[in-house]
Amino acid sequence: MSTSNHASSNAASSRETTEGTVYTVTGGDWDEIVQSAARADDERIVVNMGPQHPSTHGVLRLILEIDGETVTEARCGIGYLHTGIEKNLEFRNWTQGTTFVTRMDYLTPFFNETAYCLGVEKLLGITDQIPDRATVLRVLLMELNRLSSHLVCIATGGMELGATTIMIYGFRDRELILDIFELITGLRMNHAFIRPGGLAQDLPPGAVDQLRDFVKTMKKNLPEYDKLATGNPIFKARMQDVGYLDLTGCMALGATGPILRSAGLPHDLRKSDPYCGYENYEFDVPTTESCDSYGRFLIRLEEMRQSLRIVEQCLERLEPGPVMVADKKIAWPAQLAMGPDGLGNSLDHIRTIMGTSMEALIHHFKLVTEGFRVPAGQAYAAVESPKGELGVHVVSDGGTRPYRVHFRDPSFTNLQAMAAMCEGGQVADVIVAVASIDPVMGGVDR
Amino acid sequence: MGLEEKLPSGFLLTTVEQAAGWVRKSSVFPATFGLACCAIEMMTTGAGRYDLARFGMEVFRGSPRQADLMIVAGRVSQKMAPVLRQVYDQMPAPKWVISMGVCASSGGMFNNYAIVQGVDHIVPVDIYLPGCPPRPEMLMDAILKLHQKIQGSKLGVNREEAAREAEEAALKALPTIEMKGLLR
Amino acid sequence: MSDDPAVENGNNVPAPRGTAGPEVIRVRKGMFGAGGGGDTSGYGGLVRTVALPGASVRPYGSYFDEVADELEGALEEQGLVPGNAIEKTVVDRGELTFHIAREHLVQVASTLRDDPALRFELCTGVSGVHFPGDKGRELHAVYHLRSITHGRVVRLEVSAPNGDPHVPSLVAVYPTNDWHERETYDFFGLIFDGHPALTRIMMPDDWQGFPQRKDYPLGGIPVEYKGAQIPAPDQRRSYS
Repeated sequence: MSTSNHASSNAASSRETTEGTVYTVTGGDWDEIVQSAARADDERIVVNMGPQHPSTHGVLRLILEIDGETVTEARCGIGYLHTGIEKNLEFRNWTQGTTFVTRMDYLTPFFNETAYCLGVEKLLGITDQIPDRATVLRVLLMELNRLSSHLVCIATGGMELGATTIMIYGFRDRELILDIFELITGLRMNHAFIRPGGLAQDLPPGAVDQLRDFVKTMKKNLPEYDKLATGNPIFKARMQDVGYLDLTGCMALGATGPILRSAGLPHDLRKSDPYCGYENYEFDVPTTESCDSYGRFLIRLEEMRQSLRIVEQCLERLEPGPVMVADKKIAWPAQLAMGPDGLGNSLDHIRTIMGTSMEALIHHFKLVTEGFRVPAGQAYAAVESPKGELGVHVVSDGGTRPYRVHFRDPSFTNLQAMAAMCEGGQVADVIVAVASIDPVMGGVDR
Repeated sequence: MGLEEKLPSGFLLTTVEQAAGWVRKSSVFPATFGLACCAIEMMTTGAGRYDLARFGMEVFRGSPRQADLMIVAGRVSQKMAPVLRQVYDQMPAPKWVISMGVCASSGGMFNNYAIVQGVDHIVPVDIYLPGCPPRPEMLMDAILKLHQKIQGSKLGVNREEAAREAEEAALKALPTIEMKGLLR
Repeated sequence: MSDDPAVENGNNVPAPRGTAGPEVIRVRKGMFGAGGGGDTSGYGGLVRTVALPGASVRPYGSYFDEVADELEGALEEQGLVPGNAIEKTVVDRGELTFHIAREHLVQVASTLRDDPALRFELCTGVSGVHFPGDKGRELHAVYHLRSITHGRVVRLEVSAPNGDPHVPSLVAVYPTNDWHERETYDFFGLIFDGHPALTRIMMPDDWQGFPQRKDYPLGGIPVEYKGAQIPAPDQRRSYS
């Protein structure tokens, strides 16, 4: 943390620059400069917080102009995690794109993948052909992911307030979800499991049982957050009326997700613009009227309960069937199986195509190395990620690789509200407000 | 830290080396240097199930001036690189760096204009940890290997000797492109 | 050009602007795209043009007719000939796109936001697209507007030539576009006139060039393995 001082003093040597008056303070002048600064009343201290700071939710740089403990102006510096993912996508084929988008907002990989795949499917015109089982599994994975994302938000938010217990609780429950992700996709994070046309694989044996066990455990664990935090007077004192942003502010700044819902507007794309068959599930969209960090915490808690409800309904709906679109021009040629060497290949499949059909082998080779072509045009697909509206603008020039993919990441847009939430508040409240926005820098910077 | 660097080589120095190595490895303070996805796995490693406290390392320091291990957890962008170097320079010696994940180690899949192709362009790295992101077990393994390295680290004249040997070995080493691997 | 929506409405519009047909964005040569070597495939002489979908004819279907009618009506009330502001209307893959002349962008956007029958309150930012092959319209700025009131989405598309990369800023209408426009400026060099502080946001302040333009290289380095080296993704043989 570094500070720059623009205090005025008659004692210290000063010189005029284009930036204003610069005072050089050495040794014993310090007391005098502080006194004269207090008298002069034009004290303007700019505190640079981050980009490497334990409670800025990643590599976020906050530039705060403070007067005593009060923040008079707040600005964000972002881009410290800019990865050029959108550009990199343009040099890989459409299927490989999922590998990149999953690493954007690394706490919500399934939402990134689903949004991207919905966009590609819209371009291909195969939205209606996605098998039911794949859609149900997408919803299931997304809702589990919503749980894990909200858990990290509550955990790290708690840690930033100094509540280490809630952090340990959050990561404990997140591990349970990651275990399921690992069972289903083989990876704890960055899955690249949802592919254009469906899913990479079907559920492995035992997954449904583990999911049912998980729902039971989670129903037991979720009330613990209520007990630990909801009524906790310290927690409430830190959170209530902090990070205030009303509906007008939300609409002007384009804030979506829990921030918008904490201002009382029940806008949720799952209800208002359903995708993946969300219109068939029963769940509520929680709102509060408080417009503050505490309200957002309560909303996240309630959304986790609702997600659990959706997960249960998904398990009811799960029926055997394919998980990839039937069109062999798009679907990956084989249901890949994990070999004993840890590599994904299905010897049976290779034996079949090598032994029976030369054309199948050529097709396999073309599809894997070259990829499928997507007709020229553009599409916009949006999903309700835990942070808000995650939109994807996909442009194709008719080739085997994306021409342009742009992610409208909710963290990026919501983080703009930081200044409106923090200015006029205390320095310590900046942390609470930023934590309640729940920005993930991987998503902000991409 | 001072005196131990001035000791003459021999029995006394090696004894001090062992004691210093043991003390240093048993209380490594990592700096919170989370960048991207790997940072989440790093936090997971500190949390309940994996419990880094078992190795005396649960206290992640917010200030680099109190830390002696920097776990570079994630992709380092061109914009972040000077900041990273500054944080490294603020850490007191002796200090170690773990390059966590493939992005920090080599740029990984992000071979493009925005990402520094390996954090070893900016700071010296002690342990390269592959994975995207590495599992918490892998991070713990890397940390234990670092502990071994710290235990075996040299002081004073012995360190200079070791550094010279390492330099010579590196100069003699075959460039990667000339190695005979599976591809040739 | 009878597929101009304004003509369909019976308005007395000026001569067509010549942009309503399919928008050719590039000419693709060969079949397998592997450049830099002799053509061994026999398909090297193949030439195809790639075009984005052209203007649609009414009825557009879904809620699109209603939105288009309301917008055109509202613009007319403001004394603007709809055909001047709306270059063409494209309905493709269940999405409605208005191609807007850039000088009328702010007026169209504020109409879309304020008209009670339209009410597109939420702008989900701007996405830049660079079409080097679309001569005179190389840089596109694409806005997606969402109406929470009516549950609708429309897309606005504005284009600017490479030599004059100016587009009016929508920050006054949608303050949320502040960072989005800075991002698009940073990556594509589109200058949003009227933006309060158009500076780089993602790249370092002293960065040269606009990295997500198509003529900007990916910037990868060759990767060395034991005994082999592979070039950066943009340098490899590709299929296109």
